[in-house]
Amino acid sequence: MATSPTEIKVTQEIAAEHGLTAEEYGRVKQILRREPNITELGIFSVMWSEHCSYKSSKVHLKRLPTRGKLVVQGPGENAGVVDIGDGLVAAFKIESHNHPSYVEPFQGATTGVGGILRDIFTMGARPVAVLDSLRFGPITAGNGIDEEEASKNRRTLDGVIRGIAHYGNCFGVPTVGGEVGFEPCYSQNPLVNALALGIARKEDLFFAKAKGTGNPVIYVGAKTGRDGIHGASLLASAEFTEESRQKRPNVQVGDPFMEKLLLEACLEAMQTGAVVAIQDMGAAGLTCSTTEMASRGGTGIEIDLAKVPQRESGMTPYEIMLSESQERMLLVAEKGREREVLAVFKKWGLDAVVVGEVTDGGLLRVKDHGKLAAEIPAHPLAEEGPVYRRPIAQPPLKKEMPSDWFQFAADGTDLTSNFLRLLASPAIASKRWITEQYDTSVRTNTLAGPGASDAAVIRIKDPETGVVKRALALSTDGNGRWCQLNPRTGAMHAVAEAARNVACSGARPIAATNCLNFGSPEKPGVMWQFSEAIDGLTVACNELGTPITGGNVSFYNETLGKSIYPTPTIGILGVLDDASKVLKNAFREEGDLIVLLDGLGSSGSSPNAAGNEELLRRQEFSSSEYSKTLAGIVAGEPPSVDLGGEKRLQECLVALAGVVGSAHDVSDGGLAVTIAESCFGSVAGAPPSLLLGASVSLDGNDPAEFTVFGERGARAIVSVSPTSLAGLLETARQYGVAALQIGQVIRGDEFRIEYKGRVVIDASVAKLYDSWAHSLERILKVH
Amino acid sequence: MKFGVVVFPGSNCDHDAFYALGNVLKRPVEFIWHQSQDLANSDAIILPGGFAYGDYLRTGAIARFSPVMKAVGKFAKSGGMVLGICNGFQILLEAGLLPGAMMRNSGLRFICRHVYIRAEETDTLVTNAARQGQILKIPIAHSDGNYTCDDVTFRELERNRQIVFRYTTPDGTDDAGGNPNGSRASIAGICNRERNVAGLMPHPERAVESALGSADGMVIFRSMVEALVGAVRATA
Repeated sequence: MATSPTEIKVTQEIAAEHGLTAEEYGRVKQILRREPNITELGIFSVMWSEHCSYKSSKVHLKRLPTRGKLVVQGPGENAGVVDIGDGLVAAFKIESHNHPSYVEPFQGATTGVGGILRDIFTMGARPVAVLDSLRFGPITAGNGIDEEEASKNRRTLDGVIRGIAHYGNCFGVPTVGGEVGFEPCYSQNPLVNALALGIARKEDLFFAKAKGTGNPVIYVGAKTGRDGIHGASLLASAEFTEESRQKRPNVQVGDPFMEKLLLEACLEAMQTGAVVAIQDMGAAGLTCSTTEMASRGGTGIEIDLAKVPQRESGMTPYEIMLSESQERMLLVAEKGREREVLAVFKKWGLDAVVVGEVTDGGLLRVKDHGKLAAEIPAHPLAEEGPVYRRPIAQPPLKKEMPSDWFQFAADGTDLTSNFLRLLASPAIASKRWITEQYDTSVRTNTLAGPGASDAAVIRIKDPETGVVKRALALSTDGNGRWCQLNPRTGAMHAVAEAARNVACSGARPIAATNCLNFGSPEKPGVMWQFSEAIDGLTVACNELGTPITGGNVSFYNETLGKSIYPTPTIGILGVLDDASKVLKNAFREEGDLIVLLDGLGSSGSSPNAAGNEELLRRQEFSSSEYSKTLAGIVAGEPPSVDLGGEKRLQECLVALAGVVGSAHDVSDGGLAVTIAESCFGSVAGAPPSLLLGASVSLDGNDPAEFTVFGERGARAIVSVSPTSLAGLLETARQYGVAALQIGQVIRGDEFRIEYKGRVVIDASVAKLYDSWAHSLERILKVH
Repeated sequence: MKFGVVVFPGSNCDHDAFYALGNVLKRPVEFIWHQSQDLANSDAIILPGGFAYGDYLRTGAIARFSPVMKAVGKFAKSGGMVLGICNGFQILLEAGLLPGAMMRNSGLRFICRHVYIRAEETDTLVTNAARQGQILKIPIAHSDGNYTCDDVTFRELERNRQIVFRYTTPDGTDDAGGNPNGSRASIAGICNRERNVAGLMPHPERAVESALGSADGMVIFRSMVEALVGAVRATA
């Protein structure tokens, strides 16, 4: 193709500046059978960026289980889709927006939420819920973190929270759950993973496959500007350096009002029956949407950039094709019916312009005022990008001595003050200060919002009649610290805990979505973590019956050469067949019995030889939240995972919905935190005489701290009325789950745990609540 | 009795109001597009919550110029019932159908939580099915719910018994302690002098079934039905 004299001549060096290696550039020339011009080079560079092409992760992602009898659409579309019964489907997906959220926390977070919402309604599904899995650096000084860093982390958190709130609240989708974690490794590289869920009738689903030669290609939504150029390639696909703040122009700006209009208009346009295919313009904007729609449909697409609505004048084809301006969609309409589609967008006051058409021959052809600006075969561009089998090497094991591990307190030590500190630590403390900034109840479907149940629970109104039958439960989880210590085990825990949370709400886990946050894939150690995590996810998802239907990979989460903890975030979706049987985690009645359900079927005594037990306990406990918070020790091994036990426990919990009064899984902070949180549901606004407390008595051979604060999985605390106890025990027996009555819900301001007959925690519920409930707002200095 | 729910670009509680009135209250209800001046023979108009026109300028400042607001103004002047919820309340203030203005919440953050409000009057379109002093548990979800007005207006509001709801604690004893946003005199909702137009920051349409945490919002919608039936009775 001719290059105009004013255009930059593409050379190997310019290709390198675009992030293409010499081999990749050779491949470009091979596909084109000539040198690319600058626009084409730009197109290749974004399509073949790590972010868009998954070139380093592809070979590993293939191992993930993606099929299942409820899976309607697995990875490869805008979102995964599962059958939820009665002719309805759920579309859901989680995606990262980490780097933009560090460079510009507010806008980074808004556009993260905006992007995932578009992925959902592009499928024809109306978004009904958002969850956010967030990781920040420590927000309090101490343990090697100075006040300057803590203060910067607080600002980042504040911007991200405001951004998520701004977008979701205005758009009108409830933000109902997720988690927030804090570790030093996220100081320079916070994680912002947003998950969205939508509902559609199965026959109303839309896909992004361009079909029908001559069908018009329509551009819809916001005008194209110079914002976000190279967001995918330069921002998302490279690690941070000291100059990264200068990447602020690569961050896009979100407009939730525009997105709300786009949602309503797209769903209405789809109802006309004249829409053939639709895809949002997210990463790599117009380039990605045209290329992928053509490639998936086995067609070509020709567009003329002169017709693209533009926010500023003088934009070059390169800039228009690479812009990541938000709130834009590309759709293919049926020829002859484009007016029906355009009329809908006009009604909503949105730009909608025919910019081209579907063609034969499989070429992406971009014209500018009729003059050819780029011509690339769409399928090779989308599908035949580079695939790397990157070197993998397990990093040398840090030799740990028993002296590096947590040292248990002597028997009989009063643990109350430690418990108060644990409850106030940002990881454990109530996240109400954050979640109250989110609209959690819009759409009037929220049966369990943040903290009410272990999973967020949303009821499903029939789109036409409004009748409610079922509900959906969603939870996200990912423990980076555990993955750092053992990526395979940590990844298994993430699946197990998210699924357990869902089961604790009474719902049956049916499918998963994942967001894989890792360091640079060019480091063999990181690729080892990645590969191990994939193996862990694979085993756990297979065993727990939750195939992975989509998600994304976020590499290059590192700054100045230092990687984050490997952090696979898992979202698990579950179905409650009877929406009235939602299980919450707060105790309900004085006199109810507190029962520990344990899927491992025993009190947890280790199969290992006696004598080593104390050391093994110390090694395992060194990975706990308690060890980190109270002793500053992060070491050892995460608790081992027994997926069979997890599965038994989860099935048992689902069977117990309607039998037990409450259910809460044992995780961060162990049994003590779990039981205390179940008491806290009664506190807000209640006089002391109405508080529910707990009196618990535990027994065993382990150190008290291990028993009370240990985080081994496959366990949950349920409360049950004395009259229902026999039924519970019978159900537990059927599922092979040990059920141990450990205490009672009491009326009054008292919380007591005895271990081996000696009181180890004795405190007022109101005091524990105060530590837990107000810690974040105290730290973040707001009233 | 038929309800009309206005849809502005950016309304996002329109479906919720529609569901509460149609599926729970089981009354006829129809959406009214913001460009229409035809109120579809509605007996009562709901201006729902949301972010009309994005609220980028000032809440409700652009929505008041929508064609539908001309019709709503006429309807209100002729005695028709109009309820503005959250953003709808803000629009009524901007349109001059209710007195006063909204500022940012005193904490400068969006707040979403259940609050408690006390019915101060029982002869308005939104409270005539309520008991005097009845406490309702209803969610709020807003950034700009800090109601304010000048002293003259405030005295007018008091004299004419236009303060319909105040924030308070669950037992109704501490209004300031239950005030989430800094509103003057803990005002959560007001009506006009003629008592046919009301604005509320809390969302009654989100509190219509116990599964949602409260069904107290139904008191407000039943009041509207009562108001109309009462009016029909009075003219008969």
